[in-house]
Amino acid sequence: MTLIKEIDYGTQAQSATKLVTLEVDGHAVTVPEGTSIMRASMEAGIKIPKLCATDTLNSFGSCRMCLVEIEGRNGTPASCTTPVAPGMKVHTSSDNVRRLRRGVMELYISDHPLDCLTCSANGNCELQDTAGEVGLRQVRYGQEGANHLDAPTDGSNPYFDFDASKCIVCSRCVRACEEVQGTFALTVEGRGFASKIAAGMNEPFLTSECVSCGACVQACPTATLMEKSVVELGQPEHSEVTTCAYCGVGCSFKAEMRGDQVVRMVPWKDGKANHGHSCVKGRFAWGYASHPDRILKPMIRAKISDPWQEVSWEEAIAHTASEFKRIQAKAGKESIGVITSSRCTNEETYLVQKLARAAFGNNNTDTCARVCHSPTGYGLGKTFGTSAGTQNFDSVEKADVIMVIGANPTDGHPVFASRMKKRLREGAKLIVIDPRQIDLVRTPHVEAAFHLPLRPGTNVAVMTSLAHVIVTENLIDEDFVRTRCELDAFSDWAAFVAEERNSPESLEKTTGVPAALVRGAARLYATGGNGAIYYGLGVTEHSQGSTTVMSIANLAMATGNIGREGVGVNPLRGQNNVQGSCDMGSFPHELPGYRHVSGPEVRAIYEKEWGVKLLDEPGLRIPNMFDAAIDGTFLGLYVQGEDILQSDPDTHHVSKGLAAMECVVVHDLFLNETANYAHVFLPGSTFLEKDGTFTNAERRINMVRRVMAPKAGKADWETTMAISNAMGYPMNYTHPREIMAEIARTTPSFAGVTYERLAKESIQWPCNDANPDGSPIMHIEKFQRGLGHFVITEYVPTDEKVGPRFPLLLTTGRILSQYNVGAQTRRTANVVWHAEDVLEINPQDAEDRGIRDSDWVRLASRVGDTTLRAVITERVAPGVVYTTFHHPVTQANVITTDYSDWATNCPEYKVTAVQVSPSNGASQWQEQYQELSAKSRRIEAVPAK
Amino acid sequence: MSPDKLAYMANQIGTFFQSQKGEDAVASIADHITKFWDPRMRRDFLAHLDVITLIPAVRQAAERLRGR
Repeated sequence: MTLIKEIDYGTQAQSATKLVTLEVDGHAVTVPEGTSIMRASMEAGIKIPKLCATDTLNSFGSCRMCLVEIEGRNGTPASCTTPVAPGMKVHTSSDNVRRLRRGVMELYISDHPLDCLTCSANGNCELQDTAGEVGLRQVRYGQEGANHLDAPTDGSNPYFDFDASKCIVCSRCVRACEEVQGTFALTVEGRGFASKIAAGMNEPFLTSECVSCGACVQACPTATLMEKSVVELGQPEHSEVTTCAYCGVGCSFKAEMRGDQVVRMVPWKDGKANHGHSCVKGRFAWGYASHPDRILKPMIRAKISDPWQEVSWEEAIAHTASEFKRIQAKAGKESIGVITSSRCTNEETYLVQKLARAAFGNNNTDTCARVCHSPTGYGLGKTFGTSAGTQNFDSVEKADVIMVIGANPTDGHPVFASRMKKRLREGAKLIVIDPRQIDLVRTPHVEAAFHLPLRPGTNVAVMTSLAHVIVTENLIDEDFVRTRCELDAFSDWAAFVAEERNSPESLEKTTGVPAALVRGAARLYATGGNGAIYYGLGVTEHSQGSTTVMSIANLAMATGNIGREGVGVNPLRGQNNVQGSCDMGSFPHELPGYRHVSGPEVRAIYEKEWGVKLLDEPGLRIPNMFDAAIDGTFLGLYVQGEDILQSDPDTHHVSKGLAAMECVVVHDLFLNETANYAHVFLPGSTFLEKDGTFTNAERRINMVRRVMAPKAGKADWETTMAISNAMGYPMNYTHPREIMAEIARTTPSFAGVTYERLAKESIQWPCNDANPDGSPIMHIEKFQRGLGHFVITEYVPTDEKVGPRFPLLLTTGRILSQYNVGAQTRRTANVVWHAEDVLEINPQDAEDRGIRDSDWVRLASRVGDTTLRAVITERVAPGVVYTTFHHPVTQANVITTDYSDWATNCPEYKVTAVQVSPSNGASQWQEQYQELSAKSRRIEAVPAK
Repeated sequence: MSPDKLAYMANQIGTFFQSQKGEDAVASIADHITKFWDPRMRRDFLAHLDVITLIPAVRQAAERLRGR
């Protein structure tokens, strides 16, 4: 095992097709036109000393360390800012440039602490390396003059220090914040000798606009910006490339280790999804993996009112199998089921659904995608023929118009948002369709051309009115429609959207969006060049979620924005493996690869592979499982890696369903909220403790690599296997690669996927004989279903309506520092940014209710109530309130209802009629729940033997 | 399962399919319920047809399902 160190070429690669040949120190080198001398030299194997240059940033030319001589030219130009030219002869190590570099280095070192032996960057410091490269042997100026050696350290950020005494003001951190992250939180304050790096308005990093993405830390060539974990643990000695276990961007990271201890997670420059960038979660919030709250021993209990008892793995697995068998004998084969997790690997998810189908003998398998992107599966399946985003992330670099609908990428998908912002700074136009003024609407150097602040629940009306403009103003891409789509369906759709009742003017009262904004946005999307749509759960989590997905697909097809770079329809997946968990057959109606269970030819594939007869009827979806439990027909559940009590809507109903079951098995890292109702707890493994793969939102299958042994003794796939074996259905895999081989054998879109290939590079499915290298862009020449299918999208108002008792609309979401139900991020220092869920309320609505900023308020809907603090903000429009669902103390889902998408039962989280009123403390429910939660977490001491 | 809840879900499905042109709404509703509802949901639904309120296309679809 070695420490992976990527080559730093100093400046960015150029994509020009014209090549230029030059000579560097007598060696011929050929590079694309526009390449810097520094990069060309590095490609020839000759490293030119540098400090302010790094290949993730634009050339800057300030440190004067990379000077070279060029035959026939005067002076000593900086090699980082000088492009190559044909026949150029470059000398990188003449006496003159060596003397100059040493002189400059002397000046740097004259104002730098000489504490290398005790410095946290010792052994990994570019300043130290460069001093060695230039042959610095003395500093003639001494260190007695004016200097910055006493400059203070800012330790305010929980994850990194800023030690100003070590800063050489190379601006790499400032440029990384601007160019890579796009936050513009850092600057160089002062001039000349007084120059210094400042965060925000010269304030601590923690209180500045800094989003703790880590780009500055990574760019710093000294110990000025340094991870606290490195300060504490020392430099790492080996590393493995793996994949982040947070959002659906699927960033590649180097897990840098010392022994079996993670020292830091560093974004991998060759990662195809993130290209070396990261966010605060993936980069820093991995401490949950070793949090003392982790449960490392299996536990069981007879009743949920009993304390837990620690038992051996063998006893826990035998008890689970015995209970499941007992229940099936009593209530039938269909009386138990599973929930797979979008946080677990493809291989683990595949095994859990196989457990249900082959070992339990039913199709009662569902996944948390039920409550997020199941409408994407239905909607894109109907229109395009498959459930997946059409593009790779790189495609955004070719987009001219970006439409963001019901998504908040800077919080939910921050690394992709940075790339999107970069493209917007380059001139692409932005349309935001969202009830809230999300950050993208106006952020440094980015401003939306159109923000359509629609009333929650009116997505379909807005999308149809956009289509109305495109059809009635003849903005259709007729060639595309004629050659790529079903014409009869298109004609029906065009006639429908063209009806006057679907015009922006007619729908303005419904949507709350001024007609002129809709018309402007439609014209821009249809005529502005490459139009790319990115959407999130603000689209899917509605009673018409599937209809909105189809309306998005209609819009893309009508304008020909499908099948090439820069365009497309892109669902931004919430969790790391939402795409994968859906691909792996987690839904109760589909086998892996989105093939319905009723298809005899598909069942035959798995019946042969698994050696059992499979059911041809769909099983229960998650919400139906709770209903069936209350009815007494569904009594046993194995939940891997999901906290359904906290994440699913209408908590009272979920808890009633769970309480009605006779054996709930929670397989997780922590005693989560669902575990309050569990009879068996099986300790899970983190992404650091197992091998496998995740599939991100661009269908990219990335390797997850084990960097330490499972702390509880088993990787999650081994636990599922043990349950299956105990149930009497043998599973005998020795490594997840064997599971992937089975997936590839049985799933056409994965036919070409192997661990051997994945070890070399990630693959985007479909990967098979037709697409041997994978598919960065889908539907290039034809849709997966053949011809694209237009669907009529009649707007049907939700039945969740405001009225005198509940006059406001609640919509929910998440924020940058926290993830999903917070089980991981709440157990990291990320809580400094979000210690509790708060309620955003418009100043007018707050004033009407006598609510001041930070007041406790009661948030009530027809199904429940809770209390939390108010934040008064104009980010939400009058009549709309917003909160997150990261903290179980608040549990926003006590408020949300059981209304759901017509096609998929995806809950309508985004529209709940509520009332907000001043409060002076916790609600009765909160008090009762806290009591239950404390009681349920009791673990009985094991008597000494 | 609550017959009223099942009826509500079926009517949602029916509302969508009856807006589609060039498609047999009754057949599409029956197909959707068959493809996505667990058999016990369908059984409960069909067992309560006499007491639940359904839009006409859904009722026809339900009758068709009951006849299978």
